[in-house]
Amino acid sequence: MYRLNLIQLSVENIFGTMEKENNDILHELTQSEYKYGFYTDIEMDMAPKGLTEDTIRFISARKNEPEWLLEYRLKAFRHWLTMVEPEWAHISYPPIDYQDIIYYAAPKRKKELKSLDEVDPELLETFKKLGISLEEQKRLSGVAVDAVIDSVSVKTTFSETLEKQGIIFCSFSEAVQKVPELVRQYLGTVVPSDDNYFAALNSAVFSDGSFCYIPKGVRCPIELSTYFRINAANTGQFERTLIIGDEGSYVSYMEGCTAPMRDENQLHAAIVEIIALKDAEVKYSTVQNWYPGNKKGEGGVYNFVTKRGICKGTHSKISWTQVETGSAITWKYPSVILMGDHSVGEFYSVAVTNNFQQADTGTKMIHLGKNTRSTIISKGISAGQSNNSYRGLVKMTKRAANSRNFSQCDSLLLGDRCGAHTFPYIKAENKTSIVEHEATTSKISDEQLYYCNQRGISTESAIGLIVNGYAREVLKKLPMEFAVEAQKLLSLSLEGSVG
Amino acid sequence: MDETNIQYNIMEKFRAFFSENKAVLLAGDSPYVEQLKTQAFNHFSAHGFPHTRLEKWRNTDLSNMLKHDFNFPLKQTTFDVDLDEVFRCEVPDFNTRLIPQMNGWFMGTGEQLPNGVIICSLNEAISKYPDIIEKHFGRYADIKDANLTALNTAFFRDGVFIYVPDNVSIEQPMQMVDLVNSGKNIFIQVRNLIVMGKNSSLSLVQCDDSIDNNIGFNNTVTEVYLDENANLDHYKLQNKNNASALTNSAYFHLEKGANLSTNAISLNGGLIRNETQVRLNGQGSHADILGLYLMDHEQHVDNQVFVDHAVAHCTSNELFKGILDDHASGVFNGHILVRPDAQQTNAYQNNKNILISDKAVIDTKPFLEIYADDVKCSHGATVGQLDEDARFYLQSRGISRDNAQMLLMYAFAADIVNKISLTPLRNRIDDLVKKRLRGELSSCEQCVLHCNSKEQKISFEIDMSRI
Repeated sequence: MYRLNLIQLSVENIFGTMEKENNDILHELTQSEYKYGFYTDIEMDMAPKGLTEDTIRFISARKNEPEWLLEYRLKAFRHWLTMVEPEWAHISYPPIDYQDIIYYAAPKRKKELKSLDEVDPELLETFKKLGISLEEQKRLSGVAVDAVIDSVSVKTTFSETLEKQGIIFCSFSEAVQKVPELVRQYLGTVVPSDDNYFAALNSAVFSDGSFCYIPKGVRCPIELSTYFRINAANTGQFERTLIIGDEGSYVSYMEGCTAPMRDENQLHAAIVEIIALKDAEVKYSTVQNWYPGNKKGEGGVYNFVTKRGICKGTHSKISWTQVETGSAITWKYPSVILMGDHSVGEFYSVAVTNNFQQADTGTKMIHLGKNTRSTIISKGISAGQSNNSYRGLVKMTKRAANSRNFSQCDSLLLGDRCGAHTFPYIKAENKTSIVEHEATTSKISDEQLYYCNQRGISTESAIGLIVNGYAREVLKKLPMEFAVEAQKLLSLSLEGSVG
Repeated sequence: MDETNIQYNIMEKFRAFFSENKAVLLAGDSPYVEQLKTQAFNHFSAHGFPHTRLEKWRNTDLSNMLKHDFNFPLKQTTFDVDLDEVFRCEVPDFNTRLIPQMNGWFMGTGEQLPNGVIICSLNEAISKYPDIIEKHFGRYADIKDANLTALNTAFFRDGVFIYVPDNVSIEQPMQMVDLVNSGKNIFIQVRNLIVMGKNSSLSLVQCDDSIDNNIGFNNTVTEVYLDENANLDHYKLQNKNNASALTNSAYFHLEKGANLSTNAISLNGGLIRNETQVRLNGQGSHADILGLYLMDHEQHVDNQVFVDHAVAHCTSNELFKGILDDHASGVFNGHILVRPDAQQTNAYQNNKNILISDKAVIDTKPFLEIYADDVKCSHGATVGQLDEDARFYLQSRGISRDNAQMLLMYAFAADIVNKISLTPLRNRIDDLVKKRLRGELSSCEQCVLHCNSKEQKISFEIDMSRI
């Protein structure tokens, strides 16, 4: 039913507005406000504002963490104090006051939840508004949802099904309690706590997130999904996701986000770590639609995310797919370290910016093993007065003989006040590898629009059609559940941008 | 000694040098130039030499070069070499007007040329043509943009000034040959200014060579102004010894309808950095920026290209190709900026590299920054090897493996060489490339470009003309 609704919606989008004049379309687009802007009133358990070692001890104590994890946090925090905020990205924003942020906010729970009925009804309502009703998800889509509101996992479904296979899929804090040795073994091995400014911050104050372990030879029967949502005012969100694909396993993991409307900027600094052992395959898909700020560029989420995977074993594979439409600022470079021989890294991205949004996103493919392969397909779409940058690194080290990379980074400009930039870094250190990079920047041509108009397709649907076609290469990599949502998002963000 | 220390040492030297010799350095300058020099010195003094923490310099490290003990020549030195012999640039059938430079100093006669064309030393121009100098000098090479440009502006002693008046076409190509020869390790600042009037045209070859094996650091800045519909065909030919560093910054400013073709060919050199900045400032202007680099041993080449599409209806085309062998390292950093309202821009950028050895390294960054929507911009970059199938094809026809490889490299380089429109120069560079690929051309033996040795017929076992 849920899926059906979405399809209906997109059909409406295409045909419902056919007769509208171009001016109206443009007007409508620029007027259309963030659809997912609402606020759920849930009683919160909060850490005091500001960041000190005490805050970290508070978080750690509240989560009943073992000593080593507290040490890990404190080490990261002490290192963070010595670091400076990076300035190299093609983005600009007012300075962030890290002392003016609440680093921990958890929905108050009276007792352990046993079934869906026990979940705070208001919370469930929130999900319903988002269109991700847990019951429906559970019943119809066969997706296990680990729903996160303000960093604390509220409900995990399908865990029984997964448990039978030996799959561990739970909140990060739960994993710390249940499988501390696994967490300890892998935490910070892909993104070290001193990796970068935001990673260090996250390592110090991360509140919760998801943990996923697929045992040897297990093919995860369902697509794992987490919906993140930033809720209470003035809370930054610092998730920590750790996915471990043991030898010969397969998992497809989905992450999708919407955030309610808020005037004050919200900081988001997450870390995702993926470890793929021998012959393992991990597919990670994201749809990100956080509040992008209003038409004047006020508010919106600051999204500084470090996502990195390591293909540790031979013939392993990590694939990142992302659709980025939200956030005032996106600073995100999902990367793959291709350590095992014959390993494969993939990056498929659609990034849409409108109004005053700024996105500086891309990937890093570090080829260490022999015969490793990577593919990068990035589609940037900028409209309004936004700036959209692709920044990527492809590195072929001396050992990475016979490795191969293909990168394609296209930009589409809608409107004459926006910017599209490409910063590809290529470093090759051996003579047998082949690296290819190509990029184009263009706009939707009048000829294309005229052709569609001539055949009775309105300008708006023509643009939707062309943009969806342009992004198709990436969208088709998304799991079914996301593909529909992503198409809807693209239409929402862009239709009518060219008049 | 770490990078900071080196910086500190050499900076102290420059500061002391400037204050001690201020009178000599500023002598004969107009108030405008004097002010510019002082500003440049202040900027350089505050910022120092570029270091690898700067984005544009992350892959080119000057600190090894700056470790050396340099002399900064203040005065033109006298030479015991026969200038006529040294500068007899041996390009068969290539009738050029030679503009000799020794350690940067203009060595020509400054004779009168027909149609009001001026070729003289920059120092002479500063005193004789203050209007032109004030209008163009230091206007395109922004001292705040690059520390080395500031260094050059503060300390330059001389260079070439060329002025081509409106509606004058110069048939005979001009050839600037800058030799570095001092018997000591020297650090020189060369400054050239070329001003082209409306509808004028010129072919210019700029050669940089060393004729001894001393360590030299040559920091050259060339400013070129092309007025409406001017046409410049520009070549840079670099063949330096492995101990020397050459930082060559060229700033081109194009007005309406102007047409520029610039081609940088780097054959040898310890450290070469070509910084080419093109500002397309008038509608309908066009720039072709080409480059070829063939590097081996420990050589390092860095091509930085910045094309600024400031107005609408301009086109630019960039193609850089390189072959790197042994421990050589190459850098390409292309930057196309399309400013808001520069609609109908058409910009193309391409960098292709071949690595012959596992020790060679290439860093390439083709970078687009676009703020207008009605544009066609594309770029590409590849790093790869010679085509195995093509090599097999050649080998199957009885060509030895080495020769097949040579032939393929030659074909790879030919893309750039064939774009040279001056036929004698094209043939000459063609020969040089062949020699270079066979490892016969090296700058260690006194600069091959001017040596009088008879050019040997190249044979690839097969007749090249039939391919």
